[in-house]
Amino acid sequence: MRILVCVKRVPAPGAKIVLTSDGQDIDTTLLGFTVSPHEECAVEEAVQIVEREGGSVTVMTLGPPEAEEQLRSAVAVGATTAVLLPTGIPDWDPVATAGALTTAIKNLEQDEGEPFGLIMFGNESADSGGYQVGIRVARALGRPVVSGVKGIDTHEGGVTARRETPAGSEVYRLPLPAVVAVKEGINLPRYPTLRGRMTARRTPVSRIEPVQDPGGQSKVALITPPAAGTRVDILGEGPEAAPAIVDLLEELGLV
Amino acid sequence: MSGFPSRAQVVVIGAGIVGNSVVKHLAGHGWNSIVQLDKGPLPNPGGSTGHASNFIFPVDHNKEMAHLTLDSQQQYEEMQVSVTSGGIEVARTAERMHELNRRMTSAKSWGMESWLVSPAEVKELVPFIDESVILGGWYSPSVSVVDSLRAGTLMREYAQDRGALTVHPLTEVLDIRTEHGRVSAVVTGKGTIECEYVVIACGVWSPRLARMAGASIPLTPAVHQMIDVGPLDVLAATNNEIGYPIVRDMDTFCYERQTSGSMEVGSYAHRPIFHHPDTIPSIEEARLSPTELPLTMEDFDPQLEQAMELMPFLGDAEIKYGINGLLSLTPDAMPLVGETPEVKNLWSCAAIWIKEGPGTGRALAEWMTQGYPEIDPHASDIARFYPYMKTERHVLARCAEHFNKTYGIVHPREQWDTRRESRVSSLHPITSKLGAVYFEAGGWERPHWYESNAPLLEEYGDRIPERPHEWDSRWWSPIQNAEHLALRDRVGMVDLTAFAIFDIKGPGTLEYMQYMTVNQVDYPPGRGVYTPLLTEEGGFRADLTVLRMAEDHFRVITGGFDGARDAYWFRKWLPDDGSVTFTDITSSLSTIGVWGPQARNLVEKITSDDISHPGLPYGTFKHAVIDSIPVTMFRISYVGDLGWEIYTNMEHAPALWKALWEAGQEFGVVPVGAGVYGTTARLEKGYRLMGAELESEYNPVEAGLARPKVKSADFIGKEAYLEARAEGPSAVCSTLTIENHVSDSGIARFPMGGNEPILTVTGERIVDSKGRVSRVTSAGAGPSLDSYLLLGYLPIDLAQEGQDLQIMYQNELFPVRVARVGSRPLFDPDDLRMKS
Repeated sequence: MRILVCVKRVPAPGAKIVLTSDGQDIDTTLLGFTVSPHEECAVEEAVQIVEREGGSVTVMTLGPPEAEEQLRSAVAVGATTAVLLPTGIPDWDPVATAGALTTAIKNLEQDEGEPFGLIMFGNESADSGGYQVGIRVARALGRPVVSGVKGIDTHEGGVTARRETPAGSEVYRLPLPAVVAVKEGINLPRYPTLRGRMTARRTPVSRIEPVQDPGGQSKVALITPPAAGTRVDILGEGPEAAPAIVDLLEELGLV
Repeated sequence: MSGFPSRAQVVVIGAGIVGNSVVKHLAGHGWNSIVQLDKGPLPNPGGSTGHASNFIFPVDHNKEMAHLTLDSQQQYEEMQVSVTSGGIEVARTAERMHELNRRMTSAKSWGMESWLVSPAEVKELVPFIDESVILGGWYSPSVSVVDSLRAGTLMREYAQDRGALTVHPLTEVLDIRTEHGRVSAVVTGKGTIECEYVVIACGVWSPRLARMAGASIPLTPAVHQMIDVGPLDVLAATNNEIGYPIVRDMDTFCYERQTSGSMEVGSYAHRPIFHHPDTIPSIEEARLSPTELPLTMEDFDPQLEQAMELMPFLGDAEIKYGINGLLSLTPDAMPLVGETPEVKNLWSCAAIWIKEGPGTGRALAEWMTQGYPEIDPHASDIARFYPYMKTERHVLARCAEHFNKTYGIVHPREQWDTRRESRVSSLHPITSKLGAVYFEAGGWERPHWYESNAPLLEEYGDRIPERPHEWDSRWWSPIQNAEHLALRDRVGMVDLTAFAIFDIKGPGTLEYMQYMTVNQVDYPPGRGVYTPLLTEEGGFRADLTVLRMAEDHFRVITGGFDGARDAYWFRKWLPDDGSVTFTDITSSLSTIGVWGPQARNLVEKITSDDISHPGLPYGTFKHAVIDSIPVTMFRISYVGDLGWEIYTNMEHAPALWKALWEAGQEFGVVPVGAGVYGTTARLEKGYRLMGAELESEYNPVEAGLARPKVKSADFIGKEAYLEARAEGPSAVCSTLTIENHVSDSGIARFPMGGNEPILTVTGERIVDSKGRVSRVTSAGAGPSLDSYLLLGYLPIDLAQEGQDLQIMYQNELFPVRVARVGSRPLFDPDDLRMKS
């Protein structure tokens, strides 16, 4: 099967996120970049399917030229080809992103003469968490889509996608071509091997200039929410603390 | 906050391997009010210690570093946090194989077992390598792996158990206060601690802390990349943290070190990547830790292929972890230890790696307690830098230059490329025109030889042995020997502007100078004296000349390499009452040395002052006028020939040179470089050099520099000096000659004085009764003696003229003979040439 996985380059911050002085971005001076855990799982799932059944995995991203790094990381763990939609300005909202991806996918499929059997996304991006792009692309391509997917099985002519809900599992059968947005936990992504990394270094990254449709949302500024304050009350030390602990547990309704 | 101290004798900032070692050894030396702070949590506060590779290759060409490392290794062993894994440096090139011979030689010097091994033998030790990519290796069985975090905890506990230490993690230092140039308090987020001493042991953050007090710790945080690769069944099967020797793939600047079931691959091959101490992320901002920054994989990629070449099984292993780990680099790749010259009682213990941490902590504690460490620390002494060397641009340029030499082959005479011409003499345009090849001396561009003297090779070529091995002739020219012979035959002019010169004045000057110096300096104005300065334990701290300019005015002249350390030492001991002033006048004076049998004839042509032997006897100076230029002429010689150091104002130096040069033409004057001044002429006269023969581990009796009488005035180190005189020497500085230069491989070799071990005729190391090893401290040609000379200390039973010995050079043995014991020169032993 020919599978396309879409990923997004995002910063990998520590516990405290620092913004640039103009409030427009995360200060990434000393940060590394990654993709969301969901997307790592999407790449892994695609690679596993192709390892089982044959085919190819194309990884695609819309992002700055540096996003090549994330494409090569995907190649290092088994993706076959890499496509970058290089952006100059950072302000691509989900509508614009989905539009550009859709156009690029259509062009790729036209060039290849056949559609991707499966297009995979992470359930949401690690930075803005919009949950939209996969669904928008599926809609634009007129293909069925399931999000929140925690299991995929392939069968002749389609896939079965499973997702978990508070009430239990939901199982969907999708005819191909189809789109799924997977969630972390669907698999345990592998690390790149040295050999994989060397392959990734040599793999060419093809570029498709993205088309940005007018409209959509634009970013005003980022705001760091006030840190949730924590309070520590020391109830006492040793056996003398016991009555206070019991009182508290009762107050909390735990005993 | 209750429980936070408001007073301490000493505050140690930093709880990495260095800070922990400092608190342990301070407590061991009886300090009982120590407060240790760290911004981070324990036991891993987030500095370089937390991500260190923790392995120790103990052999180093540098004696100070070798001894600090050996001491550290022993301390780790005593704490039982050490595993001996062995280690192999593998060579992919012939040049590296030659370098491994040098490793063998240094291992012999420091008494460590090691072997050269064939590719097949490497394979036996490390079965997973592809031996076809290497030419051989050097196996060091004592290489060890340590748990530096556990060691840190144990060292803190040692001090805590003695009731000497309280530790406050998660405590940020906001300011270090000073009063009258002396440390007074440390201000933290939890309160202010008044204290007498502060030790900055904060690794990559140290410059920030020093700046709070108005001092400078010149280091830069720099990236060392490493990745962790696994799982590897072969490694997991050892059931051990480290079951195979560590491999240093020297020619790719990488190492492979087992960590349980995986392999750590570390690199010093990538571009230099520096950070600023102010922009290292906080613990909260960092994804891993402040000093484990995100791996920039594209920098590491080229090393993957090389690692796989050597260890093919790495190819299918996964890269599980990778960091741009921060460590500290300094402009000359040595640590920054000692009291900061800017602030009294503010001590630095920074830019120290795991392998030398405990030893350096011990050295610092000794230094703070008893005046000076047992291991001579002059190469680590933070006072060694001149101010311009502490600027950010200099630090970054030099660090960028040497980073990729971490595993490089660095020639002992190798010169820096960057930041040259930072200090130039006013004679530079002239010497440059004469084809001077400059070596750096304390930052100065100092002519080492002059290409314009190449024609002298026709005159003297038959007396200058060829150096057929490229290594021996690198950073060397036969012209040096020709200049030497021309000076001895005629007369030479030497640009000595690199001298550091200090004026010491005031009513308390005589008493102060007597206290600083070993030799009597209370002579009438007009006399100059050579004298050592000692540590309180009686070892060499400096050697220099002192001119009595007036009753209350002394002028100190010392070497460019030592000027900054000496200035610190003089300032440190200035009386608090203002009765003595110290002024560094280096930049206002230039010095031209004129020496040789024709020196007097030359200068007499252009001066009307009486410079005859009676008019200006040896050891005296006078103010004179040479060709209308006011000068001071000091009758002294470091080359062993008649002549003077002639000092003049910097702006007059070119005119003075020109006058001397023109007057000298009829006498065949030649410009002479430091290759003669500092090596060949010096060695023929057996003159000792600070940092080579003269170091704190030896005393004047052993160096052969003890005068017949000891002055009655008190001076630093006097008690120890008197003891040393009473005791007699355990070893004596001696001059040896090489009896045969031709090695087993049939090529003449010329050792260069890089700590080559001096051995018995049966090849045994020679160690004196104080445990000090005999090694070559200086080496060079003696062109006038038609021999090749070595200096080194020998135990008294072997310090016998005519005694046959050997030296090891590049892992080959060469016969040598003791030609002179003590300081009596081989050339012109009665000093008739310079004293008549």
